[in-house]
Amino acid sequence: MLENFGYIGIFLIAALGFAISTITLPILLRRFHIVPKKPNPVKSSTYECGMDTVGKSRVQFNFRYYFYALLFVVFDIQVVFLYPWAVALGELKLFGFLEMLAFFSILIVGFLYAWRKGVLEWK
Amino acid sequence: MVVGLEHFLILSAILFSIGLYGALAKRNAVVILMSIEIMLNAVNISMVAFWRYIAPALMTGQVFVIFIMVVAAAEVAVGLAIIIAIYRSRETVDAEQIDLMKW
Amino acid sequence: METGIAISFWILAAVTIASALAVVLFRNIFHAALFLVLCFFTIAGIFVILSADFLAAAQVLIYVGAIAVLIIFAIMLTRETQRGSPSGRLRLPALMVGLLFLATMVFIVVSTDWQVITEIPDQPTTSAIAQALFSGEEGFVLPFEIAAALLLAAIIGAIVLVRER
Repeated sequence: MLENFGYIGIFLIAALGFAISTITLPILLRRFHIVPKKPNPVKSSTYECGMDTVGKSRVQFNFRYYFYALLFVVFDIQVVFLYPWAVALGELKLFGFLEMLAFFSILIVGFLYAWRKGVLEWK
Repeated sequence: MVVGLEHFLILSAILFSIGLYGALAKRNAVVILMSIEIMLNAVNISMVAFWRYIAPALMTGQVFVIFIMVVAAAEVAVGLAIIIAIYRSRETVDAEQIDLMKW
Repeated sequence: METGIAISFWILAAVTIASALAVVLFRNIFHAALFLVLCFFTIAGIFVILSADFLAAAQVLIYVGAIAVLIIFAIMLTRETQRGSPSGRLRLPALMVGLLFLATMVFIVVSTDWQVITEIPDQPTTSAIAQALFSGEEGFVLPFEIAAALLLAAIIGAIVLVRER
């Protein structure tokens, strides 16, 4: 079982190596004067073929984004409970099913509240 | 060198101390919440280590960790909502300036 | 096998502690939040070493997926990145308390004679967790439903707090 996670480790190392090499390769090529340096204003702008950015990048975000993150957290927790439940539903029988039904019927009240208050709508 | 229970427990203790320092010393309320998350994770590590090395037959250790994760998620959701609400009325998240209820 | 576990433990532990230190020491909170995500992720790796495979997946889902998103949103919403995260007046006492706690815990862990079981538990652990959580006789049925009630309170409370009137 742990060996399977070893493959994930190998993938992680490969991904890290790819990221590091793609960052360092241009710097090294520039350092050894293989790549010429001829800057001009268009080339060194932030987006070479796009709009110039206006203002700072750390702007005040709308508070409505928080509700989406909040409901996403709740769905995530539901997934964490649903996964083992679905694996063992064969042995849990009707009792397990009713448990999960009760769990969802409690949480659905929260979603109904969010829906009724219209927190997911943009005015 | 074989990794045993003590290694995981000491790692958990180090993480908990770092979180404790951050929760006490920092002034930004969001960073205080982040430190509390580190402390909860340290407890999770020690819980899983005890499950693995002391009582692998009982799944109670792992079930507790799942409940800690759920409570941590609820705590972060409400805590950050409180921080956002305070920020909107007082324009700050500095824990030393939020002193309206200080005696 | 054993050396592989030891090597991955030392790497993961070093990265975890370094990123946790970065969270409390960096002045830029956005960078601190990113290091917090790294810390959560390496802790998932430590769960894998401890052969708790389901918990590793749950850690990635809840902490790396959901809680990190919430924290980063909150940082962007409170626009406090310019001011950073300075330390307060309690810095030295906090350092003392942390070191004292660490010393106590290390002393307790080292001086205790643990009755350790070394053989690796059965994997995958998912169906055993499900039995422990949901089974009628010795399961955690009531805490499970209370967790739902807690989440409901969290949803409604957070909406009430953040919604503009």
